[in-house]
Amino acid sequence: MRGRPGLITDYRRDMAIFRTNTQLAWFVVMAIGLVLIGLRMSADVALLGATAAVAAVGAIGLNLVTGWAGQVSLGHAFFLGLGAFTAAVLNGDPDGRLVGYGLEMWVWLPAAGLVAAAAGLLAAPLAFRLRGLYLAFVTLGLVFIGDHFFRELRSWTGGQGVGRPAAEPVLFGFELGRDGEVFGIFLQAEQKFYFFGLLVLLVMAFLAKNLVRSRIGRAFAAVRDRDIAAEIIGVSLTRYKMIAFAISSFYAGIAGALIWMFIGFVEPTSFNILLSIQYVAMVLIGGVATISGSIMGAVFITFLSKMVDKLSGFIPFISEAPTGGFLTKFQVEEMLFGALIIGFLILEPLGLYGLWIRVRNYFKAWPFSY
Amino acid sequence: MTQFLQATINGIAVGSIYALLALGFVIIYKSTQVLSFAQQGLTVLGAFWVVYFSNVLDLNFWIALPLALILSAAVGIGIERVMLRPMVGKPVFSVAILTIGLNIVLLVIAFDLIGVNIRSLGDPWGLKSISIGDLTISHKDLATIVTAAIVVSILLAFFRFSRFGLAMRAVAADQEVALAQGVRVTRVNAAAWAIAAVLATLAGVFLGAGTGLAPAVGTRAIRALPAAVIGGLDSIAGAIVGGLLIGLIEAYMVTYQSEYLGFLGANFASVVAWVLMFLVLLVRPSGLFGTVEVERV
Repeated sequence: MRGRPGLITDYRRDMAIFRTNTQLAWFVVMAIGLVLIGLRMSADVALLGATAAVAAVGAIGLNLVTGWAGQVSLGHAFFLGLGAFTAAVLNGDPDGRLVGYGLEMWVWLPAAGLVAAAAGLLAAPLAFRLRGLYLAFVTLGLVFIGDHFFRELRSWTGGQGVGRPAAEPVLFGFELGRDGEVFGIFLQAEQKFYFFGLLVLLVMAFLAKNLVRSRIGRAFAAVRDRDIAAEIIGVSLTRYKMIAFAISSFYAGIAGALIWMFIGFVEPTSFNILLSIQYVAMVLIGGVATISGSIMGAVFITFLSKMVDKLSGFIPFISEAPTGGFLTKFQVEEMLFGALIIGFLILEPLGLYGLWIRVRNYFKAWPFSY
Repeated sequence: MTQFLQATINGIAVGSIYALLALGFVIIYKSTQVLSFAQQGLTVLGAFWVVYFSNVLDLNFWIALPLALILSAAVGIGIERVMLRPMVGKPVFSVAILTIGLNIVLLVIAFDLIGVNIRSLGDPWGLKSISIGDLTISHKDLATIVTAAIVVSILLAFFRFSRFGLAMRAVAADQEVALAQGVRVTRVNAAAWAIAAVLATLAGVFLGAGTGLAPAVGTRAIRALPAAVIGGLDSIAGAIVGGLLIGLIEAYMVTYQSEYLGFLGANFASVVAWVLMFLVLLVRPSGLFGTVEVERV
């Protein structure tokens, strides 16, 4: 194939993680770039980057169930919350006011994923019975019911308006949450978060990429494209819907635990329908059924929130306080998400990934228009 | 026994509000195949128009209400024309997400217009009530039940006997065939949104009557969604039954839950609608009266 990298002649190569050497090269360049940038980042940009990386893990999870397996889920906020609270409870101070077990990160991080996955399995039976829109309602119901229990189980979650400290960022005695030297390089706490987030994202993204190009991933796509046909060729709907929900919730649990670890505090009312919509927006804006799209979407949405924050200082009719002014920044943010979702749905259903493909094809075909 | 009867009356009153909202939802779904998550926004915005006409412009409530209903209908038609019509033929889920976005926009506008204070609707019922034996029935609840019954009967008669109602039923049965028969489907779709907006406004008025228009009106309006789903998304009767069912079970939960099911936490009544929806859907995946989806290969 030397000299004709675009020519792909067998399935194995078509399904490879990096289909061409160019892709691999760009990936390496980007990885090195992200690390180099990370070394020079200011604290708040690093924290934003860390949040974006971990949010991308959550978005990949949602994309697995919605993008690949075609099961619409508006319940992602519930699973994120479950992860965040599991981590907080397992890590919490055993002698404190709230229930806590004082466990280490290597216990609570997988546990956060597993507890969320178990909840996903419990929700899955509804997905065998229901299709499409009814399923959207059920997952929406999960968010409301979850929200209620997060508020009411005060000895675990701290209760509405009070909350509890999130899990502490200590891995094998290594303090992620303190400034200090790593391999002789001085890093701020936020920079450590950033590198840790990138590492987690790398691992989870590769796992997901491998999952979707395996037998399971093909089964997901079959269920999504035509569930009856899938069943007839021997794909068990029950089994693969369960797998999809469990894995998706696992990703959400991990993401929830880590995002609130960065924030340092969990409050029960954070896990509402708006959070779910934010993740749906990441998937739809980034690109349905693409891993790189999920990452782009997560980065885009995370940075967008921050930008609205910053811009609100300059635009006169947007006030920074929670109330007053013509519009508050929270309202602008909500409206912007809504508008972006609508815009992408109508104009570019493939999302940012689709835009990128268009740009790439334009330059590939240059000087011809197509 | 008194307690039980009292809860039942309260439940029917709240249930008829849910029924009105769920009805709007079902009418939109039947005629346009759009799942509208925007009912909540329409409710709050509609109630605000009443506040505006009766409080800000200082009109009599009975003049303010019809004005608000007309304005809401216009808003409904406008939404259909501007946002929904370009989406005809797009995937159902995309349109549903669009209505979620629309809902956010409507709520932001409505709450911004309302401001931070609780605004009185200027309704004539206030917090007055009548007593029959040990039972207390507020004027507001009576008005709710009576109005809902009248409105629902008018709507059913409209669908059953009027020419335009027939057109709406035809579109609900099969949009393309209706189109081929000369029914103006676009007009039917606009009418569906107008009716839904009017119903939502009425619901908003009764939710806010007496206590005033506050964000709580919005959070209660959401619970009409499970009501519509429980009844079956495409069943008018189902919407009414679903609404009443949820109203009743909420009222019973408020009355008895702290005593018998205290471990579920205070305020469980606010989510019992969703739990009921889970249970109903597990047994009947298309709701109580919804058309069962037939799979053809």
